[in-house]
Amino acid sequence: MYFQDLMLKLLNYWGSKGCIILEPYDVEKGAGTMNPHTFLRALGPEPWKVVYMEPSRRPADARYGENPHRVYQHHQLQVILKPSPEDVQELYLDSLRAIGIDPLKHDIRFVEDNWEAPTLGAWGLGWEVWLDGMEITQFTYFQQVGSINCDLESAELTYGLERIAMYLQDVDNIFDIKWCEGITYGDIFNKAEYEHSVYSFEKADVEILKGLFNTYEEEVKKILEDDLVLPSYDYVLKCSHVFNVLDARGAISVSERTNYIARVRNLARIVAAKYIEQRKDMGYPLLKKEGVDND
Amino acid sequence: MTKKYLLEIGVEELPARYVRDALQQLKDNCAKIFKDERVTYEEINVYSTPRRLVLVAEGLEDKQADLKETLKGPAKRIAFNDDGNPTKALLGFMKGKDIKINNTYIQEYNGEEYVYANIIKNGKNIKEVLNINMINLIKSITFPKSMKWGGKNIRFARPIRWIVSLLDDEIIPFDLEGIKASNITKGHRFLGSNKIEINCVDEYFDLLKDNYVIVDQNKRKETIKYRSEKLAKEKGGNLLPDETLLDEVTNIVEYPTPIIGRIKEEYLSLPKDVIITPMKEHLRFFPVVDDKKRLLPYFITVRNGNEDFIDTVIKGNEKVLGARLEDAKFFYMEDIKVPLDSYVEDLKNIVFQEKLGTLYDKTKRVQKLAAKIGGYLEVGEDTENNIDRAGYLSKADLVTKMVSEFTELQGKMGMEYAKTSGENEIVSLAIYEQYLPRYSGDELPTTTAGAILSIGDKLDSIAGSFAIGIQPTGSQDPFGLRRQALGIINIILDKKLNLSLSELIEFALYIYVEENGLAFDYNKVKLEITEFFNGRIKNMFMDMGIRYDIIDAVISTKTDDIYDMRIRADKLNEWLSKDGLSEILSAFNRVSNLAEKAITDEVKRDLFIEEEEINLYDTFNNIEEKVISFINKKEYDKALDQFVVLREPVDKFFDNVMVMVEDEDIRDNRLGLLKKIYDTMLLICDLSKIVNK
Repeated sequence: MYFQDLMLKLLNYWGSKGCIILEPYDVEKGAGTMNPHTFLRALGPEPWKVVYMEPSRRPADARYGENPHRVYQHHQLQVILKPSPEDVQELYLDSLRAIGIDPLKHDIRFVEDNWEAPTLGAWGLGWEVWLDGMEITQFTYFQQVGSINCDLESAELTYGLERIAMYLQDVDNIFDIKWCEGITYGDIFNKAEYEHSVYSFEKADVEILKGLFNTYEEEVKKILEDDLVLPSYDYVLKCSHVFNVLDARGAISVSERTNYIARVRNLARIVAAKYIEQRKDMGYPLLKKEGVDND
Repeated sequence: MTKKYLLEIGVEELPARYVRDALQQLKDNCAKIFKDERVTYEEINVYSTPRRLVLVAEGLEDKQADLKETLKGPAKRIAFNDDGNPTKALLGFMKGKDIKINNTYIQEYNGEEYVYANIIKNGKNIKEVLNINMINLIKSITFPKSMKWGGKNIRFARPIRWIVSLLDDEIIPFDLEGIKASNITKGHRFLGSNKIEINCVDEYFDLLKDNYVIVDQNKRKETIKYRSEKLAKEKGGNLLPDETLLDEVTNIVEYPTPIIGRIKEEYLSLPKDVIITPMKEHLRFFPVVDDKKRLLPYFITVRNGNEDFIDTVIKGNEKVLGARLEDAKFFYMEDIKVPLDSYVEDLKNIVFQEKLGTLYDKTKRVQKLAAKIGGYLEVGEDTENNIDRAGYLSKADLVTKMVSEFTELQGKMGMEYAKTSGENEIVSLAIYEQYLPRYSGDELPTTTAGAILSIGDKLDSIAGSFAIGIQPTGSQDPFGLRRQALGIINIILDKKLNLSLSELIEFALYIYVEENGLAFDYNKVKLEITEFFNGRIKNMFMDMGIRYDIIDAVISTKTDDIYDMRIRADKLNEWLSKDGLSEILSAFNRVSNLAEKAITDEVKRDLFIEEEEINLYDTFNNIEEKVISFINKKEYDKALDQFVVLREPVDKFFDNVMVMVEDEDIRDNRLGLLKKIYDTMLLICDLSKIVNK
């Protein structure tokens, strides 16, 4: 199965289960969780079901395109089910069947994993899902997002598409994954991996980036006063990405690191709080639309 | 006929490490409910799989036991009118409690006659009792971390998806936040049916077995152990025993099928721990070893399922292990590109504790402290050099790639890398041994250098934490300081080291002043640490079975040498088994009571008047020198023996000599004599602390 077919099959499957199919969000981020379709929508009492593919940047994982398992940018397929349905695990297992993984022919396990994202002030309980010993999905019941308790707990499913593709295509190197007929993962991303590695580890201008972090941080606080939740959240994402680059660059000491994380978490918290307030003022529009919560 | 009750809490996969405690709670809380509710039963058994917590109560009576109660009513004089008929007061009492007049009787209470009644409350039907209480039983189970789901108002380790509540063949219904108790369960996630109807409790275990679920965790554990060992034997090896891992694996499968896979030979040249750690920690694989505990190129893992398509599963697991070991190999090869000592400088970038500096600062402190301890113990130049070198390298492995990935390999990798960097055997081993013992009952350092480094490392952490005011309180001990103090005591006793605890503490604190310029109340902190250690020493001695009063008697002496305390406790214990001690102990109690009043221990023979005090003084003078000489030889029992001859003179002294006389000089002289005797005894132990039976 080609990489693009894997992606499309999962999008279609979840679309058929009532999820809105969305595109990735256009600001750099480290994980699909940071997409406002997850981060903000997980807050408050309104139901929400969505699926999207999210290219996720992790500068510290960059390896110049030379490591068979680690990359600067990988692809997550993200599903949010809010509230989590009773049969959420069965729905998930059916999604594996949809991409040709028959649980009877493998060993599939739900192995305890407590997920936590300190910069987002978010945590949840759940599992890593193992396919014959390999982690292929992160399965989390959100408990807190933006340092705020979740009113209505979501289930978040995050598929590591590269890992699944490597398994299905039986290749040992990520860059050998066939994206589609005649084109490999390496053909598309190898150069990007190399350049972003050089940038993140060697060339990123520390002073400029530190300045950018401060500027973005100010901007979040400033525009939030005008109740512009989504634009201010974009700048929280910018802060997070700049911090990740600085971290990969080795420009941040241990005590500074704690401080940076606290600053991003604080921004995430104030935006989340404002979002909740805003939805309340709007009268929770999605609560009134029965069609969204129809399973 | 007694009844059987089955409660099955169907959940999504529980964290394996929560299961044992949750089952204990389920059992204990149910027993408590049955007791409170007067339910008679024969036994309660609990079982678990990753997807269910199960309770089976057997021998249940149909009904609660009847409750007999005695009720006190109004006083007789207001209960009946002059005609002897019940008044409103009595009628009201009877009506309220549903009592008939012929069930009442009169009895006196505090000089007044009252109406009493014995009533029998009929026990409720067991169905009603279960119906009311099982929801609370489920809610009573707590976990280290719990969660909410789906907007329900209940917390559990993972979502509850179904509940079976069955009394013999009858459903005991209840509704837990929308989850309705029934007689429908689920089998194995893939191999079993998703909807199994249980007609009666007795079918439960067999029905689930037919659906690929072994409910009894002990049976699963046995199966895993037996079949894994068999697989290992077929390859000429043995399973590397690991009870913790076995328990964990037992709790992550419902239908275990052990399988054996191959490790590529190319990885076997890596240090054993480098291979084993990712296998166990990441993949829950069992290593296979030969008779000499050397790794064989196999691993055993346990599939949650049957033998079908087993080759696919083995191949997948081999591939995953390959990727993990490739990572480990990469880390190892990168790490050994430079010698271990070149990592020391990098420790300057890692904070040990915000106020206590970096790991580099800690390294320097530990080196100094260990050198000091080595000096006390006169270990000789070679060992001193080894301690210094091992101290310098002690934390270097913390910045290597391997330890960054697997923190539990700290010390072990330090030892491996020291060897590959050409450090000597003792230095290498001491780097590993600095962390010993890691937990209660763990191995202890074997080398002198390792023992001293371990004491230094732990004492430095304890001294620093107390100096900045983060000491253990109640159940809070985030830095494991209690464990570290116990570690120090264990090493001292094991290695029979004679060290002055107070000097050690003073020096550890002084290094913080000198090296870090740390400001704190020196005397206060020193006292706190001393008391902290005394508390640990007491605990440990008690665990060793030493009597509480003996510990007190020994801790009250001026000695601060832990090993010496141990010897004294043993000798005292031995000595106390002698006959006729009771009289001696009471004699010394009298001595110590008055000795506390003395202002001086200066005694002038010519100030004595009575024969009995002169006699006591002379007898004591006779033994004093011998006592001191036995103490110096640490023959504390023989030193105590000397005191036996004092019993008679002491008794006669108290019978015939008035101590608290008007004349100050004579009084102080008599008190001084008692103090002198008491102080000399205190050089051994404080006999007045011994409980005289």
